[in-house]
Amino acid sequence: MTATTLPQDGQHEAHPKHNLTGFIIFLCSESVIFLAFFSGYALLKTSALNWLPAGVDGLEWRMPLVNTVVLVSSSGTIALAEHFKSREKMALFRGFWILSMAMGAYFLYGQAVEWSGLKFGLTSGTFGGTFFLLTGFHGLHVATGILLMGLMLIKSFIPGNYSGGEQGLQATSLFWHFVDVIWIILFLLIYVWQ
Amino acid sequence: MTITTFPPEPKPEPGWSRYFGFCTDAKVIGIQYIVTAFFFFLIGGLLAMVIRGELITPASDLVDRAVYNGIYTMHGTIMLFLFIFPVLNGLNNLLIPTMIGAPDMAFPRLNAVAFWLVPIFGSLLMASFLVPGGPAYSGWWSYPPVSIQNPVGHLLNGQGLWITAVALSGVSSIMGAINFVTTILRMRAPGMSITRMPVYCWTALAAQSLQLIGLPALTGGAIMLLMDLSFGTSFYRPEGGGDPVLYQHFFWFYSHPAVYVIILPVFGVFSELFPVYSRKPLFGYLYVALASFIIVGLGLIVWVHHMFPSGVAQWMRNLFMVTTMLIAVPTGVKVFAWLGTIWGGKLRLTTPMLFCLGGLFNFVFAGITGIMLATVPVDIHVSNTYFVVGHFHYVIYGAAVMGIFAAIYHWFPKFTGRMPYEGLGKLHCLLTFVGANMNFLPMHPLGLMGMPRRVSSYDPEFTFWNVVASLGAFLLGVSIIPFLLNMVSSWIRGPKATHNPWNAIGLEWLLPSPPPEDNFGEEVPTVISRPYGYGTGEPLVEHQVEIERRLELLEASA
Repeated sequence: MTATTLPQDGQHEAHPKHNLTGFIIFLCSESVIFLAFFSGYALLKTSALNWLPAGVDGLEWRMPLVNTVVLVSSSGTIALAEHFKSREKMALFRGFWILSMAMGAYFLYGQAVEWSGLKFGLTSGTFGGTFFLLTGFHGLHVATGILLMGLMLIKSFIPGNYSGGEQGLQATSLFWHFVDVIWIILFLLIYVWQ
Repeated sequence: MTITTFPPEPKPEPGWSRYFGFCTDAKVIGIQYIVTAFFFFLIGGLLAMVIRGELITPASDLVDRAVYNGIYTMHGTIMLFLFIFPVLNGLNNLLIPTMIGAPDMAFPRLNAVAFWLVPIFGSLLMASFLVPGGPAYSGWWSYPPVSIQNPVGHLLNGQGLWITAVALSGVSSIMGAINFVTTILRMRAPGMSITRMPVYCWTALAAQSLQLIGLPALTGGAIMLLMDLSFGTSFYRPEGGGDPVLYQHFFWFYSHPAVYVIILPVFGVFSELFPVYSRKPLFGYLYVALASFIIVGLGLIVWVHHMFPSGVAQWMRNLFMVTTMLIAVPTGVKVFAWLGTIWGGKLRLTTPMLFCLGGLFNFVFAGITGIMLATVPVDIHVSNTYFVVGHFHYVIYGAAVMGIFAAIYHWFPKFTGRMPYEGLGKLHCLLTFVGANMNFLPMHPLGLMGMPRRVSSYDPEFTFWNVVASLGAFLLGVSIIPFLLNMVSSWIRGPKATHNPWNAIGLEWLLPSPPPEDNFGEEVPTVISRPYGYGTGEPLVEHQVEIERRLELLEASA
């Protein structure tokens, strides 16, 4: 037994090799919470007598569609950023990484604009409740994603930080793809299925 | 592998203070979990004593009816979220790394955070006794519309605190589950393929997978419940177009599998202990291991059997009746495998073995009433009666808690380095077995006669069985005294334990008692055979003889 493998105070550190495994398990688990919300939404919608509250005749879908295109494309830009990272082209990596963050931020801005223009609120029956629950919970994930990307960007300036492996980057980018896939299902459920 | 440096020279014993702080060593966290869990066990048990004290007479004379509602709600919540889950996570922390030869869990800091959430949400739940209106009173399942009433009108109310505490418990359990699954999948000793893994690790892997799949659904449902309660949404409010039954789906999608999360590791304990104390290999190792995952698969598609009287469609009732009954097949495989293990064995009736035998007996009884409850007409007849309470407590106290006690007595010497006293242990076992059966058996005739649960007064015709049940409950209350006495006194001044006092086979028994901080460190032995090679003379690991001789030398010099 070598005493050097552990710090003297007995505090144990995680082995970085396992981080990605743990993160993937977390994402699988997190998808179930969305699955619960989606199935609740579908059940409430199909069984509702009056789905739309009085004075509301459906959701406007053009602006959300633009938003969708932006968010889904950001999955491409983050993949490009990762690609450049693996080629050690740090400037291009940072450029595309920041672009992905900006696209995510634009999505959140678009969502805020949409929310402020709506004629119904959280308490407008199950329609209003599920709408704000689903878009709000997803929006929280987008915000978390942007935060994680910012953290990874700062880390990329620490010399030698990524020399061992890019598990943090991979995890962030996986999370971002996850957020995108969830949005596509959400868009289909809320805006397309009216 | 060289054996020159293993086992290490004994280091000065680390102080007691690490048990009270943020420590990232899985063995410390394991003990923190178990001690915290038993602290809450005493509180939950005290509430149970009040419930049975109230029910010893037909009239509602001990506590106020509203208080009674709060007491049974908190009893259930505390016992599940603050006792059973934490105590099992404690066993996981102690056993998984040592059984697979890992130095620690995969994410030690996450592990410590997951533990420290337990006292936090525990205090939150306890605080609900102090808020206006008292604690949650809608039963441990918190069905709407009762749970979204908030008659006091405060934003801070018992039900709101209940939901927050349960959601935090979910966060803690998810953190734990990610950790346990990653550890089992990625950190096994060389040569320990998945089919050479001890059954406890199989069952822990199965149980934690269930946590990962089921818990988010409950959390989602709880978020919606909190919004209905506090922010005026109407997901579950019929008057706003909502559906209260939707909550029941979310709740039982997790909370039925939660029973398997509890009982699967206990199956693991049975599978570990029967071979040790029968001196025979585990009968049908691979089938016992794989049955755990069949239980996971089936366990996820049985939840509607809790909702037969909730107005679900007849085809759903039929479907879920069949899936529920199918669960009896993989559990039956396990039960027969244990019987096959004991059969013709050289039995040693130690305290852990007695607890296992008692637990197995109670589990079989609970399995039979379980099949009765799965049958739609019977279920509708006894729904919301004491029959359900009796069945549930046979599973949880009769089988799971007895299995947990067995595990504690069996692995106590390994992690404390001291032997527990056999006499006190056997007394504890006897009181537990008699008390549990006396407490929970009378609930079955009561339920069949039609006594509803969650009432503080009842028709005098139910008196006899209620008195018996209450006396049994008080016996269970007394049974904790020899247990606590045993744990405290043997930890302080019990006889020193050798590295393998039960003559068991397993990686954890090739470590000194208590194991050094990072277990095998870098000298992890290579596993060369399946576990439970009792009576075969086959070594478990390479250089087993040398490792054992070194451990004996170390003990002789101490």
